Amino acid sequence: MIPAAFEYHRPSDIEGALSVLAEHGDEARVLAGGHSLIPMMKLRMADVPHLIDLQDIADLKGITIADGIITIGAMTTQHELINHEALFAAAPIIREAALQIADPQVRYMGTIGGNVANGDPGNDMPGLMQCLDAQFILVGVDGTRKVPARDFYESAYMTNRDDEEILTHITFASIDAGYAYEKQKRKIGDYATAACAALVTKDGDKVATASIAMTNLSDVPVLSEAAAAALIGTTCDTAAVKAAVAAALEDIDPTEDNRGPVAFKMHVAGIIISRAIARAWSRA
Amino acid sequence: MTKQIVTMTVNGEKKEVLAEPRELLIYVLREKMGMTGPHVGCETSHCGACTVEIDGKSVKSCTMFAAQAQGAEIKTIEGLGSPENLHVLQESFKEHHGLQCGYCTPGMITRAHRLLIENPNPTEEDVRFGIAGNICRCTGYQNIVKSILSAAAELNAAKEAAQ
Amino acid sequence: MKDEVTREERVTKLKGLGCSRKRVEDARFTQGKGNYVDDINLPGMLTGDFVRSPCAHARVKSINTDAAMALEGVVAVLTAKDLEPLGLHWMPTLAGDKQMVLADGKVLFQGQEVAFVVATDRYIASDAVELVEVEYEELPVIVDPFKSMQSDVVLREDLDPKAPGAHGPRKHHNHIFTWEVGDEAGTNAVIDDADIVAEESMYYHRTHPCPLEPCGSVASMDKVNGKLTLWGTFQAPHVVRTVASLLSGIEEHNIRVVSPDIGGGFGNKVGVYPGYVCSIVASIVTGVPVKWVEDRMENLMSTAFARDYWMKGKISATKEGKITGLHCHVTADHGAFDACADPTKFPAGFMNICTGSYDIPIAYLGVDGVYTNKAPGGVSYRCSFRVTEAVYFIERMIEVLAIEMNMDAAELRRINFIKKEQFPYHSALGWEYDSGDYHTAWDKALKAVDYDGLRKKQAERVEAFKRGETRSIMGIGLSFFTEIVGAGPVKNCDILGMGMFDSCEIRIHPTGSAVARLGTISQGQGHATTFAQILASEIGISADSITIEEGDTDTAPYGLGTYGSRSTPVAGAAAAMVGRKIRAKAQMIAAYLLEVHDDDVEFDVDRFVVKGAPERFKTMGEIAYAAYNQAIPGLEPGLEAVSYYDPPNMTYPFGAYVCVMDIDVDTGVPTINRFYALDDCGTRINPMVIEGQIHGGLTEALAVALGQEIAYDDMGNCKTGTLMDFFLPTAWEVPNYETDFTVTPSPHHPIGAKGVGESPHVGGVPCFSNAVQDAFRPFGNRHTNMPHDHWRIWKAANDLGMHD
Repeated sequence: MIPAAFEYHRPSDIEGALSVLAEHGDEARVLAGGHSLIPMMKLRMADVPHLIDLQDIADLKGITIADGIITIGAMTTQHELINHEALFAAAPIIREAALQIADPQVRYMGTIGGNVANGDPGNDMPGLMQCLDAQFILVGVDGTRKVPARDFYESAYMTNRDDEEILTHITFASIDAGYAYEKQKRKIGDYATAACAALVTKDGDKVATASIAMTNLSDVPVLSEAAAAALIGTTCDTAAVKAAVAAALEDIDPTEDNRGPVAFKMHVAGIIISRAIARAWSRA
Repeated sequence: MTKQIVTMTVNGEKKEVLAEPRELLIYVLREKMGMTGPHVGCETSHCGACTVEIDGKSVKSCTMFAAQAQGAEIKTIEGLGSPENLHVLQESFKEHHGLQCGYCTPGMITRAHRLLIENPNPTEEDVRFGIAGNICRCTGYQNIVKSILSAAAELNAAKEAAQ
Repeated sequence: MKDEVTREERVTKLKGLGCSRKRVEDARFTQGKGNYVDDINLPGMLTGDFVRSPCAHARVKSINTDAAMALEGVVAVLTAKDLEPLGLHWMPTLAGDKQMVLADGKVLFQGQEVAFVVATDRYIASDAVELVEVEYEELPVIVDPFKSMQSDVVLREDLDPKAPGAHGPRKHHNHIFTWEVGDEAGTNAVIDDADIVAEESMYYHRTHPCPLEPCGSVASMDKVNGKLTLWGTFQAPHVVRTVASLLSGIEEHNIRVVSPDIGGGFGNKVGVYPGYVCSIVASIVTGVPVKWVEDRMENLMSTAFARDYWMKGKISATKEGKITGLHCHVTADHGAFDACADPTKFPAGFMNICTGSYDIPIAYLGVDGVYTNKAPGGVSYRCSFRVTEAVYFIERMIEVLAIEMNMDAAELRRINFIKKEQFPYHSALGWEYDSGDYHTAWDKALKAVDYDGLRKKQAERVEAFKRGETRSIMGIGLSFFTEIVGAGPVKNCDILGMGMFDSCEIRIHPTGSAVARLGTISQGQGHATTFAQILASEIGISADSITIEEGDTDTAPYGLGTYGSRSTPVAGAAAAMVGRKIRAKAQMIAAYLLEVHDDDVEFDVDRFVVKGAPERFKTMGEIAYAAYNQAIPGLEPGLEAVSYYDPPNMTYPFGAYVCVMDIDVDTGVPTINRFYALDDCGTRINPMVIEGQIHGGLTEALAVALGQEIAYDDMGNCKTGTLMDFFLPTAWEVPNYETDFTVTPSPHHPIGAKGVGESPHVGGVPCFSNAVQDAFRPFGNRHTNMPHDHWRIWKAANDLGMHD
């Protein structure tokens, strides 16, 4: 498994990266951790004549938390997300989800930016970002724009990002909610058979707010507003969870693969969603 | 594609190689630097046989271009101990039969080495989770886990004795 | 000379039989200094890479290599046309069939080798592979052996449809052989008249041994000396040398085959692959060394698969549960070429061990081999020839019979076991079981796990489930297996006409250390450690002073290699026998040195002592020195020997396994809570190594039972070509195992050892599978097919209405 030849670029700032992108258009791709792109290149399923390694761009790294807003540089690795105590305090669901991604080695290299930008429906962070209502900061030669994670994904590997833009940061508000990231997979290193991110807040004994998003159950991550609506105002009792699950299942469209046929995935999705809600509620 | 000079420090020694950008780190280590300890098992970053340590991270070197390692500090199994002075993990794998065919062993030990730096007092569960990026087809992991836990205890005892 | 050390200390120092000696191999492996095929780097070496077929069945209309040849750094692009003049475009398989080395007019499976590119490095070779233009005309694809037997589509156009195959007449142009053992009419009569009959059909899915190191070879043709050296991932290097000689016409003395360190085999590295042949041809053509190493996808898609048996069984019993007859028919999917690695007379391997550990008076086995558009193979993945299939079959049939009779499956086994006093036992399908004590092993196992207590807990769980208090059910998996390992004897077992003996040669050096060489080759089993232990006990020289070498045909004696757990039963026996030859000569030397009659000295740990006067002795070190340096009347100088061992029978290791599992019926996720494995492999050479083998074999069993599969779609596309989809469990998915043992030595093996490497896999697969199926038994399950991955477990629950 050897990739086709390419030109390697390693700019030290965003402008440098953008200028290579501008020059080569769709012949160029940015490289973050590489654990999605490099295997695709090795299998010659991705043709990348110009590879732009972002590792030297300091602006793309790090986690800042200020005024309740969390900003994460795109090149921050899953390993760094897991081990960042302030991030854990502000949004513990990130650690819970990141620990369920791939394996230790991949988490040292895999970045949040790569995970959300690549558009692979199997990636876990996109659904989580939708659940958190995160914003993606995209920088291009024409300037910077913010796109909500909830509007970013168009279809498998197709996103709102322009070929000549770089996703530089992700921001979201710190959370004060019950949370859970529930994932079923065949083994370590596998994508989800079904996964669900859930955030639930409590007002008295009732659900005040809820956010439910799912991974690998459609060709894009799926935020189910209907599922959230079914929970809000209830005591998160069995009937409410059942209604939320029913609503969430309306929103997904899984396909058959080696993990199993659609009927199985729909059923497991229902179980995973209900477990995510229950666990989030128990922490609310 | 033109070859470029890539410079990295491998096991404490500065190395320079001429490599095409697409040359994978594992092949450069194995074929241009003679470090045949790390192996190629799956080529899709699932098996971990190619694990090396780069700037304090355990990395599957089959999924990294050598060019990405420009300027990096790399440790391979060859840099872990010497024949006269094996690393505690190497001794422990021998002692507890933590290997059979030996093909996964360099990656496994290199990974375990990093794991114990980050978590010197792992539980069995920590070890199993921490080496889940390394596949072994021979041992069923039971003795690998035993080897790592025993090495951890030994390293801690040595640390305590030194204090 | 005053003896300072006690006898006990001398025994300890010997590190012989029965001690958990640490492995001598580990020093190099733990330091990254192993020497595997891909570590070999010779000056001027070229790299080979394959163009492979994307189609499962197609005519190859044309191959254009111009663009590839034009690429700088490409030295050659070989196609069948180039190999044809050498007669190497096809090669014989181990099963008496032939296989295309490179596509000759058509392709028969996805991933088949079409052209071989040779270039100065792997990067250029890989680019050139992309540049070879192949025009395919797609043909109808058959992936189902039953449809294949009905189809007008002829898969193997090279074969005369009317002519018999290697194993007798063929019924259809896609049929390979029919193999029958036992008395079918008699069996049917018994079953027809029986009180109880249970029938079941089961599919043992296709899987793959998938060692962590893929297959590869380095060929180096030295045109000056006319010598070919071939390094490769060979479980049987001597056989490879003979086959290479027969194929290439190079005389066997001019071929040196070397198996260096092998990164796991599990059966995958028994056969001969097109890559080996192409690397040889390429080296002959170019005059420089050529390396070929496959990648993981190529390994899974084109090298030898395992299993793929559709098994149909009938078992009959009396009202009391005594089994009276067994009928088994197998439809065996062999893929595009019959490349099974079985002894010639056994086209379905030792599938006729399918009467298992039970005293079954009459039985019949029929196997039909069939071609399909799938990769060739049919190797024994961590088992003796097809024994996993046989044991899975009988251990499922027992469970099904227990269900039919509403009986406890442990008790049903107990009342049908072959009794200790029946050994040597002649089975209805022709085997002579050497020794066994099944009842003792079974009782020990059931007691260890508190079997009755487990059943009580399971019943409570069923009730709790029915009351709606839990969605988790509990399964108790049982299996009792008898393996058949250690092929020969030569009169029954050969591969391509080569008799299945094995060998050991030893040279004792003047200072009392030794080098011993064997015809086998370790792939992780630790031969360098354990064979030295056998020899140490036989010749009284510490295992630490005995170097073991294997795998180099220029130095090692001829042997048939390592697979089917044959190393200990055959080569281990040869080691013991060669030791006895050394000891016989040593006795004469000792007697001469001690000035007594030969019969007046006796062997004691590490020396010969004068009978009745143990203070008068000669150590083996002293004897070795004298053997070389002292003229002893009537004796040749030197102390060396060789033994070629043709075993009188195979050995029959056995064991009792219990698995306790929870199953989440809503997600199909199983959790293994306990696994107890009792193995009886006869005399135990190195308990530490035995335990390691058991842990590993059980883990491979877990993988196969719970998800590991080579799957195809209807178009013949392999759906499981990477380790994302081909299930190799990590440390996270694997439990800790409890190991236990009994010791029932083999009466015919020189040290009573039986072999153990494959037992845990053979017994483990049915145990894991039975645990899953047993969990569903109280809810009406009879049988569901493996692999029990999440969705199939979920489906079992769904089919039983457990989601309603």
